[in-house]
Amino acid sequence: MADEVLRVEGLHKHYGPLHVLRGIDLTVRRGEAVVILGASGSGKSTLLRCLNFLEMPGAGRIHLEGRLVGREARDGRIRYPNRELSALRMRVGMVFQQFNLFPHMTAERNVMIGPMKLRGLSEAEARRVAAANLEKVGILEKARSYPAQLSGGQQQRVAIARALAMEPSMMLFDEVTSALDPELVGEVLLAMRQLREDGMTMLIVTHELGFAYNVADRVVFMEHGVIHEEGTPQQVLLNPQRPRTRDFLRSHTLFRLPEQMHDDPPGPFALTTREQG
Amino acid sequence: MAYEWDFAAVFRHSDLLLEGAANTFRLAGSALLIALPLGLAVAMLRLARIPVLSWLLAITTDIFRTAPSIVLIYWFFFAFPILAGVDFAGHTAVTLALGLQTGAYMAEVFRGGIISVDRGQWQAATALGMGSATRMRTIILPQAVRRMIPIFFTRITELYKATSLAAAISYAEIVQMANRAASETFRPMETFTIVALFFFTTIFCVSRLVRAIERRVAVPE
Ligand SMILES: Nc1ncnc2c1ncn2[C@@H]1O[C@H](COP(=O)(O)OP(=O)(O)OP(=O)(O)O)[C@@H](O)[C@H]1O
Ligand SMILES: [Mg+2]
Repeated sequence: MADEVLRVEGLHKHYGPLHVLRGIDLTVRRGEAVVILGASGSGKSTLLRCLNFLEMPGAGRIHLEGRLVGREARDGRIRYPNRELSALRMRVGMVFQQFNLFPHMTAERNVMIGPMKLRGLSEAEARRVAAANLEKVGILEKARSYPAQLSGGQQQRVAIARALAMEPSMMLFDEVTSALDPELVGEVLLAMRQLREDGMTMLIVTHELGFAYNVADRVVFMEHGVIHEEGTPQQVLLNPQRPRTRDFLRSHTLFRLPEQMHDDPPGPFALTTREQG
Repeated sequence: MAYEWDFAAVFRHSDLLLEGAANTFRLAGSALLIALPLGLAVAMLRLARIPVLSWLLAITTDIFRTAPSIVLIYWFFFAFPILAGVDFAGHTAVTLALGLQTGAYMAEVFRGGIISVDRGQWQAATALGMGSATRMRTIILPQAVRRMIPIFFTRITELYKATSLAAAISYAEIVQMANRAASETFRPMETFTIVALFFFTTIFCVSRLVRAIERRVAVPE
Protein backbone atom coordinates (compact mmCIF):
# COMPACT_ATOMS: atom_id res chain seq x y z
CA MET A 1 0.00 0.00 0.00
CA ALA A 2 1.30 3.37 -0.99
CA ASP A 3 0.58 5.19 2.24
CA GLU A 4 2.29 2.63 4.42
CA VAL A 5 5.52 4.06 5.75
CA LEU A 6 6.45 1.05 7.83
CA ARG A 7 5.37 -2.56 7.74
CA VAL A 8 6.88 -5.07 10.12
CA GLU A 9 6.14 -8.75 9.61
CA GLY A 10 6.93 -11.52 12.06
CA LEU A 11 9.88 -9.74 13.64
CA HIS A 12 11.96 -11.73 16.11
CA LYS A 13 14.99 -10.83 18.17
CA HIS A 14 17.08 -12.99 20.45
CA TYR A 15 19.78 -11.94 22.87
CA GLY A 16 21.52 -15.26 23.35
CA PRO A 17 18.90 -17.53 24.86
CA LEU A 18 16.62 -14.58 25.64
CA HIS A 19 13.77 -14.35 23.11
CA VAL A 20 12.95 -10.64 23.34
CA LEU A 21 10.77 -10.03 20.27
CA ARG A 22 8.55 -12.96 19.46
CA GLY A 23 6.84 -12.15 16.20
CA ILE A 24 5.89 -8.51 15.88
CA ASP A 25 3.46 -7.44 13.17
CA LEU A 26 2.95 -3.72 12.91
CA THR A 27 2.00 -1.23 10.26
CA VAL A 28 2.36 2.52 10.44
CA ARG A 29 0.70 4.67 7.79
CA ARG A 30 1.88 8.04 6.59
CA GLY A 31 1.10 10.83 9.03
CA GLU A 32 0.10 8.41 11.73
CA ALA A 33 1.28 8.64 15.34
CA VAL A 34 1.43 5.25 17.00
CA VAL A 35 2.18 4.97 20.70
CA ILE A 36 3.69 1.79 22.13
CA LEU A 37 2.94 0.99 25.75
CA GLY A 38 4.19 -1.92 27.77
CA ALA A 39 5.82 -2.96 30.99
CA SER A 40 9.55 -2.66 31.52
CA GLY A 41 11.35 -5.43 29.68
CA SER A 42 8.49 -6.11 27.28
CA GLY A 43 10.77 -5.30 24.33
CA LYS A 44 9.69 -1.77 23.35
CA SER A 45 13.18 -0.36 23.06
CA THR A 46 14.42 -3.48 21.32
CA LEU A 47 11.68 -3.11 18.72
CA LEU A 48 12.57 0.53 18.03
CA ARG A 49 16.28 -0.28 17.89
CA CYS A 50 15.64 -3.04 15.39
CA LEU A 51 13.63 -0.68 13.23
CA ASN A 52 16.62 1.52 12.55
CA PHE A 53 19.09 -1.33 12.91
CA LEU A 54 20.95 -0.24 15.99
CA GLU A 55 20.26 -3.90 16.74
CA MET A 56 20.18 -6.49 14.00
CA PRO A 57 16.76 -8.08 13.86
CA GLY A 58 16.48 -11.85 13.66
CA ALA A 59 13.76 -13.48 11.60
CA GLY A 60 11.11 -11.31 10.02
CA ARG A 61 10.84 -8.55 7.47
CA ILE A 62 10.82 -4.80 7.64
CA HIS A 63 9.39 -2.77 4.79
CA LEU A 64 10.05 0.93 4.64
CA GLU A 65 7.89 2.94 2.23
CA GLY A 66 6.85 -0.22 0.46
CA ARG A 67 10.34 -1.64 -0.03
CA LEU A 68 11.81 -4.60 1.78
CA VAL A 69 14.86 -3.60 3.79
CA GLY A 70 17.82 -5.86 3.07
CA ARG A 71 18.11 -8.64 0.52
CA GLU A 72 16.60 -12.03 0.90
CA ALA A 73 19.14 -14.84 0.56
CA ARG A 74 18.48 -18.36 -0.77
CA ASP A 75 17.90 -19.75 2.72
CA GLY A 76 15.15 -17.20 3.34
CA ARG A 77 17.25 -15.19 5.78
CA ILE A 78 17.66 -11.51 5.09
CA ARG A 79 21.06 -9.91 4.67
CA TYR A 80 21.53 -6.29 5.56
CA PRO A 81 24.42 -4.64 3.70
CA ASN A 82 25.99 -1.77 5.66
CA ARG A 83 25.54 0.72 2.87
CA GLU A 84 21.83 0.07 2.71
CA LEU A 85 21.50 0.39 6.47
CA SER A 86 23.18 3.80 6.54
CA ALA A 87 20.79 4.99 3.84
CA LEU A 88 17.85 3.58 5.75
CA ARG A 89 18.88 5.22 9.02
CA MET A 90 18.86 8.58 7.28
CA ARG A 91 15.18 8.02 6.51
CA VAL A 92 14.25 6.89 10.03
CA GLY A 93 14.93 9.50 12.69
CA MET A 94 15.54 8.38 16.23
CA VAL A 95 15.33 10.24 19.52
CA PHE A 96 16.72 8.65 22.68
CA GLN A 97 15.82 8.80 26.33
CA GLN A 98 19.29 10.17 27.15
CA PHE A 99 19.26 12.83 24.36
CA ASN A 100 22.78 11.83 23.24
CA LEU A 101 23.58 15.24 21.81
CA PHE A 102 27.16 15.61 20.66
CA PRO A 103 28.68 17.53 23.59
CA HIS A 104 31.54 19.07 21.57
CA MET A 105 29.19 20.88 19.22
CA THR A 106 26.75 23.74 19.68
CA ALA A 107 23.04 23.00 19.34
CA GLU A 108 23.17 24.39 15.83
CA ARG A 109 26.17 22.22 14.87
CA ASN A 110 24.45 19.17 16.29
CA VAL A 111 21.64 19.76 13.83
CA MET A 112 23.94 20.75 10.93
CA ILE A 113 26.31 17.80 11.09
CA GLY A 114 23.93 15.22 9.61
CA PRO A 115 22.81 17.31 6.62
CA MET A 116 26.43 18.35 5.92
CA LYS A 117 28.13 14.97 6.25
CA LEU A 118 25.33 12.77 4.97
CA ARG A 119 23.04 14.81 2.74
CA GLY A 120 25.84 16.78 1.14
CA LEU A 121 24.49 20.19 2.08
CA SER A 122 26.81 23.16 2.16
CA GLU A 123 27.54 24.88 5.44
CA ALA A 124 25.17 27.74 4.59
CA GLU A 125 22.37 25.42 3.53
CA ALA A 126 22.84 23.27 6.61
CA ARG A 127 22.69 26.36 8.79
CA ARG A 128 19.34 27.30 7.24
CA VAL A 129 18.05 23.76 7.77
CA ALA A 130 19.22 23.87 11.37
CA ALA A 131 17.55 27.21 12.01
CA ALA A 132 14.27 25.99 10.52
CA ASN A 133 14.25 22.84 12.63
CA LEU A 134 15.38 24.50 15.85
CA GLU A 135 12.58 27.01 15.28
CA LYS A 136 10.12 24.17 14.82
CA VAL A 137 10.90 22.83 18.30
CA GLY A 138 10.98 26.34 19.74
CA ILE A 139 14.62 26.56 20.65
CA LEU A 140 16.21 28.70 17.97
CA GLU A 141 17.45 31.21 20.56
CA LYS A 142 19.73 28.50 21.98
CA ALA A 143 21.39 27.72 18.65
CA ARG A 144 24.83 28.79 19.87
CA SER A 145 24.67 27.03 23.23
CA TYR A 146 26.48 23.81 23.97
CA PRO A 147 24.45 20.85 25.21
CA ALA A 148 25.87 21.21 28.73
CA GLN A 149 24.43 24.71 28.86
CA LEU A 150 20.90 23.53 28.14
CA SER A 151 18.24 22.01 30.35
CA GLY A 152 17.18 18.44 29.72
CA GLY A 153 14.01 19.56 27.96
CA GLN A 154 15.97 21.92 25.73
CA GLN A 155 18.52 19.23 24.94
CA GLN A 156 15.79 16.81 24.00
CA ARG A 157 14.21 19.35 21.67
CA VAL A 158 17.57 19.89 19.99
CA ALA A 159 17.82 16.12 19.60
CA ILE A 160 14.43 16.12 17.89
CA ALA A 161 15.58 18.92 15.59
CA ARG A 162 18.75 16.97 14.81
CA ALA A 163 16.70 13.98 13.67
CA LEU A 164 14.25 16.16 11.75
CA ALA A 165 17.06 17.83 9.81
CA MET A 166 17.65 14.57 7.98
CA GLU A 167 14.10 14.88 6.61
CA PRO A 168 13.18 11.37 7.67
CA SER A 169 10.12 9.48 6.48
CA MET A 170 9.31 8.63 10.05
CA MET A 171 10.54 9.24 13.57
CA LEU A 172 11.11 6.84 16.44
CA PHE A 173 10.89 8.13 20.01
CA ASP A 174 12.09 5.92 22.85
CA GLU A 175 10.84 7.24 26.20
CA VAL A 176 12.14 10.67 25.32
CA THR A 177 10.69 12.31 28.43
CA SER A 178 11.64 9.65 30.97
CA ALA A 179 14.96 11.25 31.90
CA LEU A 180 13.42 14.71 32.34
CA ASP A 181 12.40 16.56 35.46
CA PRO A 182 8.59 16.62 35.60
CA GLU A 183 8.32 20.32 34.81
CA LEU A 184 10.29 19.83 31.59
CA VAL A 185 8.20 16.98 30.21
CA GLY A 186 5.48 19.23 28.83
CA GLU A 187 7.67 21.27 26.48
CA VAL A 188 8.98 18.12 24.80
CA LEU A 189 5.54 16.57 24.47
CA LEU A 190 4.23 19.82 22.99
CA ALA A 191 6.99 19.79 20.39
CA MET A 192 6.04 16.24 19.52
CA ARG A 193 2.38 17.11 19.22
CA GLN A 194 3.32 19.95 16.90
CA LEU A 195 5.23 17.46 14.76
CA ARG A 196 2.23 15.22 14.58
CA GLU A 197 0.09 18.16 13.47
CA ASP A 198 2.68 18.88 10.77
CA GLY A 199 2.02 15.38 9.49
CA MET A 200 5.15 13.57 10.67
CA THR A 201 4.83 9.81 10.90
CA MET A 202 5.80 8.76 14.40
CA LEU A 203 6.30 5.63 16.46
CA ILE A 204 6.49 6.59 20.10
CA VAL A 205 7.37 4.57 23.19
CA THR A 206 6.15 6.47 26.23
CA HIS A 207 4.61 6.07 29.64
CA GLU A 208 2.72 9.37 29.27
CA LEU A 209 -0.81 8.02 28.99
CA GLY A 210 -2.34 11.48 28.65
CA PHE A 211 -0.12 12.17 25.67
CA ALA A 212 -1.04 8.81 24.15
CA TYR A 213 -4.70 9.56 24.65
CA ASN A 214 -4.57 13.03 23.16
CA VAL A 215 -2.05 12.66 20.37
CA ALA A 216 -1.90 9.04 19.21
CA ASP A 217 -3.94 7.71 16.32
CA ARG A 218 -3.32 4.23 17.56
CA VAL A 219 -2.06 2.66 20.76
CA VAL A 220 -0.20 -0.63 20.81
CA PHE A 221 0.28 -2.57 24.04
CA MET A 222 3.30 -4.85 24.10
CA GLU A 223 3.77 -7.74 26.48
CA HIS A 224 6.61 -10.27 26.47
CA GLY A 225 7.75 -9.43 22.98
CA VAL A 226 4.40 -9.57 21.21
CA ILE A 227 1.68 -7.07 20.51
CA HIS A 228 -0.90 -7.98 23.07
CA GLU A 229 -3.61 -5.45 22.28
CA GLU A 230 -3.98 -2.61 19.85
CA GLY A 231 -6.58 -0.06 18.87
CA THR A 232 -7.59 3.58 19.08
CA PRO A 233 -6.58 5.42 22.27
CA GLN A 234 -10.18 5.29 23.49
CA GLN A 235 -10.36 1.55 22.96
CA VAL A 236 -7.05 0.62 24.52
CA LEU A 237 -6.81 3.22 27.27
CA LEU A 238 -10.43 3.55 28.37
CA ASN A 239 -11.78 0.16 27.38
CA PRO A 240 -8.97 -2.39 27.41
CA GLN A 241 -10.09 -5.91 26.51
CA ARG A 242 -7.19 -7.98 27.81
CA PRO A 243 -6.43 -8.49 31.52
CA ARG A 244 -2.71 -7.71 31.11
CA THR A 245 -3.52 -4.38 29.51
CA ARG A 246 -5.93 -3.58 32.34
CA ASP A 247 -3.32 -4.43 34.98
CA PHE A 248 -0.78 -2.24 33.24
CA LEU A 249 -3.15 0.71 32.98
CA ARG A 250 -4.30 0.29 36.57
CA SER A 251 -0.71 0.42 37.82
CA HIS A 252 -0.12 3.56 35.78
CA THR A 253 -3.19 5.39 37.01
CA LEU A 254 -3.10 4.38 40.68
CA PHE A 255 -2.46 7.91 41.89
CA ARG A 256 -4.51 10.09 39.56
CA LEU A 257 -5.82 13.44 40.72
CA PRO A 258 -9.56 13.58 41.45
CA GLU A 259 -11.51 14.63 38.36
CA GLN A 260 -12.69 18.03 39.63
CA MET A 261 -9.12 19.22 39.85
CA HIS A 262 -9.11 19.19 36.06
CA ASP A 263 -11.78 21.91 36.04
CA ASP A 264 -9.31 24.70 36.22
CA PRO A 265 -7.09 24.78 33.14
CA PRO A 266 -6.12 21.14 32.54
CA GLY A 267 -2.63 20.24 31.41
CA PRO A 268 -2.34 19.77 27.69
CA PHE A 269 -2.21 16.01 28.01
CA ALA A 270 -4.63 15.22 30.82
CA LEU A 271 -6.47 12.02 30.06
CA THR A 272 -9.83 13.78 29.83
CA THR A 273 -9.12 16.62 27.42
CA ARG A 274 -8.93 14.95 24.04
CA GLU A 275 -10.53 17.33 21.57
CA GLN A 276 -12.96 15.46 19.40
CA GLY A 277 -12.97 15.78 15.62
CA MET B 1 85.58 27.06 49.98
CA ALA B 2 82.62 27.96 47.82
CA TYR B 3 82.50 26.69 44.28
CA GLU B 4 83.12 29.38 41.73
CA TRP B 5 80.66 29.13 38.90
CA ASP B 6 82.04 30.01 35.51
CA PHE B 7 79.60 29.78 32.69
CA ALA B 8 81.76 31.77 30.29
CA ALA B 9 83.82 28.73 29.36
CA VAL B 10 80.69 26.79 28.55
CA PHE B 11 79.25 29.61 26.49
CA ARG B 12 82.42 29.62 24.41
CA HIS B 13 81.43 26.08 23.42
CA SER B 14 77.79 26.88 22.97
CA ASP B 15 77.95 25.72 19.33
CA LEU B 16 78.27 22.16 20.66
CA LEU B 17 75.22 22.52 22.87
CA LEU B 18 73.21 24.22 20.16
CA GLU B 19 73.95 21.45 17.73
CA GLY B 20 73.00 18.95 20.42
CA ALA B 21 69.74 20.77 21.09
CA ALA B 22 68.91 20.78 17.39
CA ASN B 23 69.53 17.03 17.21
CA THR B 24 67.40 16.44 20.31
CA PHE B 25 64.53 18.32 18.71
CA ARG B 26 65.01 16.40 15.49
CA LEU B 27 64.95 13.06 17.29
CA ALA B 28 61.87 13.86 19.32
CA GLY B 29 60.12 15.30 16.28
CA SER B 30 60.77 12.39 13.97
CA ALA B 31 59.89 9.82 16.65
CA LEU B 32 56.61 11.66 17.27
CA LEU B 33 55.95 11.72 13.55
CA ILE B 34 56.06 7.92 13.64
CA ALA B 35 54.30 7.50 16.97
CA LEU B 36 51.12 9.49 16.43
CA PRO B 37 49.86 7.99 13.16
CA LEU B 38 51.11 4.57 14.21
CA GLY B 39 49.33 4.78 17.55
CA LEU B 40 46.06 5.85 15.91
CA ALA B 41 46.29 3.13 13.28
CA VAL B 42 47.07 0.40 15.81
CA ALA B 43 44.24 1.57 18.07
CA MET B 44 41.76 1.45 15.16
CA LEU B 45 42.91 -1.98 14.04
CA ARG B 46 42.70 -3.37 17.55
CA LEU B 47 39.22 -1.91 18.02
CA ALA B 48 38.13 -3.49 14.74
CA ARG B 49 38.62 -6.87 16.45
CA ILE B 50 40.06 -8.60 13.42
CA PRO B 51 40.71 -12.10 14.84
CA VAL B 52 44.45 -12.85 14.52
CA LEU B 53 45.63 -9.33 13.73
CA SER B 54 44.18 -7.73 16.86
CA TRP B 55 45.88 -10.36 19.00
CA LEU B 56 49.23 -9.93 17.23
CA LEU B 57 49.01 -6.17 17.65
CA ALA B 58 48.24 -6.55 21.35
CA ILE B 59 51.36 -8.69 21.85
CA THR B 60 53.56 -6.38 19.80
CA THR B 61 52.31 -3.32 21.65
CA ASP B 62 53.08 -5.02 24.95
CA ILE B 63 56.60 -5.93 23.84
CA PHE B 64 57.36 -2.34 22.95
CA ARG B 65 55.76 -0.97 26.08
CA THR B 66 57.56 -3.29 28.47
CA ALA B 67 61.05 -3.06 26.98
CA PRO B 68 63.31 -0.41 28.55
CA SER B 69 63.93 2.33 25.99
CA ILE B 70 67.66 1.86 26.16
CA VAL B 71 67.29 -1.83 25.28
CA LEU B 72 65.24 -0.93 22.22
CA ILE B 73 67.84 1.64 21.19
CA TYR B 74 70.67 -0.89 21.47
CA TRP B 75 68.58 -3.45 19.64
CA PHE B 76 67.78 -1.17 16.72
CA PHE B 77 71.37 0.08 16.63
CA PHE B 78 73.24 -3.23 16.88
CA ALA B 79 70.86 -6.10 16.09
CA PHE B 80 68.36 -4.76 13.60
CA PRO B 81 70.86 -3.71 10.89
CA ILE B 82 72.34 -7.21 10.92
CA LEU B 83 68.96 -8.95 10.80
CA ALA B 84 67.56 -6.65 8.14
CA GLY B 85 70.79 -6.49 6.17
CA VAL B 86 70.73 -2.70 6.11
CA ASP B 87 73.09 -0.15 7.45
CA PHE B 88 71.75 2.93 9.12
CA ALA B 89 72.84 5.80 11.25
CA GLY B 90 72.32 6.27 14.96
CA HIS B 91 69.58 8.79 14.25
CA THR B 92 67.48 6.21 12.43
CA ALA B 93 67.98 3.56 15.12
CA VAL B 94 66.92 5.89 17.92
CA THR B 95 64.02 7.27 15.92
CA LEU B 96 62.74 3.77 15.28
CA ALA B 97 63.23 2.62 18.87
CA LEU B 98 61.57 5.63 20.48
CA GLY B 99 59.02 6.15 17.69
CA LEU B 100 57.77 2.58 17.86
CA GLN B 101 57.73 2.53 21.64
CA THR B 102 55.87 5.81 21.89
CA GLY B 103 53.57 4.53 19.13
CA ALA B 104 52.76 1.55 21.34
CA TYR B 105 51.97 3.85 24.25
CA MET B 106 49.92 6.13 22.01
CA ALA B 107 47.94 3.16 20.71
CA GLU B 108 46.81 2.49 24.26
CA VAL B 109 46.07 6.16 24.82
CA PHE B 110 43.97 6.39 21.66
CA ARG B 111 42.23 3.12 22.41
CA GLY B 112 41.38 4.17 25.95
CA GLY B 113 40.15 7.56 24.74
CA ILE B 114 37.97 6.06 22.03
CA ILE B 115 36.48 3.45 24.34
CA SER B 116 35.73 6.09 26.96
CA VAL B 117 33.31 7.90 24.65
CA ASP B 118 29.77 7.14 25.82
CA ARG B 119 27.87 4.41 23.98
CA GLY B 120 25.03 6.84 23.37
CA GLN B 121 27.35 8.92 21.18
CA TRP B 122 28.08 5.96 18.92
CA GLN B 123 24.39 5.16 18.76
CA ALA B 124 23.29 8.70 18.00
CA ALA B 125 25.86 8.99 15.21
CA THR B 126 24.85 5.61 13.80
CA ALA B 127 21.17 6.44 14.04
CA LEU B 128 21.76 9.59 11.98
CA GLY B 129 23.12 7.34 9.23
CA MET B 130 26.84 7.89 9.67
CA GLY B 131 29.17 5.17 8.47
CA SER B 132 31.99 4.08 10.75
CA ALA B 133 34.60 6.41 9.22
CA THR B 134 32.45 9.55 9.46
CA ARG B 135 31.33 8.59 12.93
CA MET B 136 34.91 8.14 14.09
CA ARG B 137 36.16 11.35 12.49
CA THR B 138 33.40 13.78 13.40
CA ILE B 139 31.92 12.40 16.61
CA ILE B 140 34.16 9.95 18.46
CA LEU B 141 37.74 11.16 17.89
CA PRO B 142 37.07 14.83 18.62
CA GLN B 143 35.69 13.85 22.02
CA ALA B 144 38.35 11.21 22.66
CA VAL B 145 41.27 13.46 21.73
CA ARG B 146 40.07 16.27 23.98
CA ARG B 147 40.17 13.89 26.92
CA MET B 148 43.55 12.53 25.88
CA ILE B 149 45.44 15.84 25.74
CA PRO B 150 46.96 15.59 29.26
CA ILE B 151 48.15 12.02 28.66
CA PHE B 152 49.49 13.03 25.25
CA PHE B 153 51.54 15.67 26.98
CA THR B 154 52.92 13.19 29.52
CA ARG B 155 53.88 10.77 26.77
CA ILE B 156 55.52 13.46 24.68
CA THR B 157 57.50 14.61 27.69
CA GLU B 158 58.67 11.05 28.34
CA LEU B 159 59.70 10.68 24.73
CA TYR B 160 61.52 13.98 24.79
CA LYS B 161 63.54 13.02 27.84
CA ALA B 162 64.20 9.53 26.50
CA THR B 163 66.04 11.04 23.52
CA SER B 164 68.94 11.61 25.92
CA LEU B 165 69.45 7.84 25.95
CA ALA B 166 70.82 8.21 22.44
CA ALA B 167 74.03 9.37 24.12
CA ALA B 168 74.58 5.68 24.90
CA ILE B 169 75.28 5.03 21.23
CA SER B 170 77.21 8.29 20.96
CA TYR B 171 74.55 10.04 18.95
CA ALA B 172 75.14 13.79 19.07
CA GLU B 173 72.03 14.87 20.97
CA ILE B 174 72.33 17.42 23.72
CA VAL B 175 73.55 15.17 26.54
CA GLN B 176 76.25 13.63 24.36
CA MET B 177 77.32 17.10 23.25
CA ALA B 178 77.29 18.27 26.86
CA ASN B 179 79.66 15.45 27.73
CA ARG B 180 81.97 16.68 25.05
CA ALA B 181 81.66 20.31 26.15
CA ALA B 182 82.27 19.31 29.76
CA SER B 183 85.47 17.45 28.95
CA GLU B 184 86.74 20.32 26.83
CA THR B 185 85.93 23.04 29.37
CA PHE B 186 86.42 21.00 32.56
CA ARG B 187 83.17 22.58 33.65
CA PRO B 188 80.68 19.66 34.02
CA MET B 189 78.63 21.40 36.71
CA GLU B 190 77.92 24.45 34.59
CA THR B 191 77.38 22.38 31.48
CA PHE B 192 74.86 20.03 33.01
CA THR B 193 73.13 22.83 34.87
CA ILE B 194 72.53 24.39 31.50
CA VAL B 195 71.31 21.11 30.05
CA ALA B 196 68.88 20.67 32.96
CA LEU B 197 67.62 24.20 32.44
CA PHE B 198 67.28 23.46 28.75
CA PHE B 199 64.98 20.51 29.44
CA PHE B 200 63.04 22.41 32.07
CA THR B 201 62.49 25.44 29.86
CA THR B 202 61.45 23.56 26.75
CA ILE B 203 59.06 21.27 28.62
CA PHE B 204 57.65 24.23 30.50
CA CYS B 205 56.96 26.02 27.21
CA VAL B 206 55.32 22.96 25.75
CA SER B 207 53.16 22.56 28.84
CA ARG B 208 51.99 26.16 28.42
CA LEU B 209 51.25 25.51 24.78
CA VAL B 210 49.33 22.37 25.65
CA ARG B 211 47.30 24.25 28.23
CA ALA B 212 46.49 26.94 25.69
CA ILE B 213 45.37 24.30 23.22
CA GLU B 214 43.27 22.63 25.90
CA ARG B 215 41.55 25.90 26.68
CA ARG B 216 41.08 26.64 23.02
CA VAL B 217 39.26 23.38 22.27
CA ALA B 218 37.44 23.13 25.59
CA VAL B 219 33.67 22.88 25.47
CA PRO B 220 31.32 23.62 28.36
CA GLU B 221 30.71 20.54 30.47
N1 LIG C 1 21.90 -5.69 24.52
C1 LIG C 1 21.17 -6.58 25.24
N2 LIG C 1 21.71 -7.76 25.60
C2 LIG C 1 20.98 -8.66 26.31
N3 LIG C 1 19.71 -8.48 26.70
C3 LIG C 1 19.12 -7.32 26.38
C4 LIG C 1 19.82 -6.31 25.63
N4 LIG C 1 18.98 -5.26 25.46
C5 LIG C 1 17.84 -5.60 26.06
N5 LIG C 1 17.89 -6.83 26.60
C6 LIG C 1 16.81 -7.52 27.32
O1 LIG C 1 15.70 -7.59 26.48
C7 LIG C 1 14.50 -7.40 27.20
C8 LIG C 1 13.71 -6.27 26.57
O2 LIG C 1 14.43 -5.05 26.78
P1 LIG C 1 13.91 -3.67 26.26
O3 LIG C 1 14.95 -2.66 26.60
O4 LIG C 1 13.51 -3.78 24.85
O5 LIG C 1 12.63 -3.45 27.16
P2 LIG C 1 11.71 -2.17 27.27
O6 LIG C 1 10.33 -2.62 26.96
O7 LIG C 1 12.25 -1.06 26.46
O8 LIG C 1 11.82 -1.84 28.81
P3 LIG C 1 11.91 -0.41 29.56
O9 LIG C 1 10.49 0.07 29.72
O10 LIG C 1 12.53 -0.76 30.85
O11 LIG C 1 12.76 0.50 28.71
C9 LIG C 1 14.90 -7.15 28.62
O12 LIG C 1 14.76 -8.36 29.33
C10 LIG C 1 16.35 -6.78 28.54
O13 LIG C 1 17.05 -7.19 29.68
MG1 LIG D 1 13.17 0.81 26.90
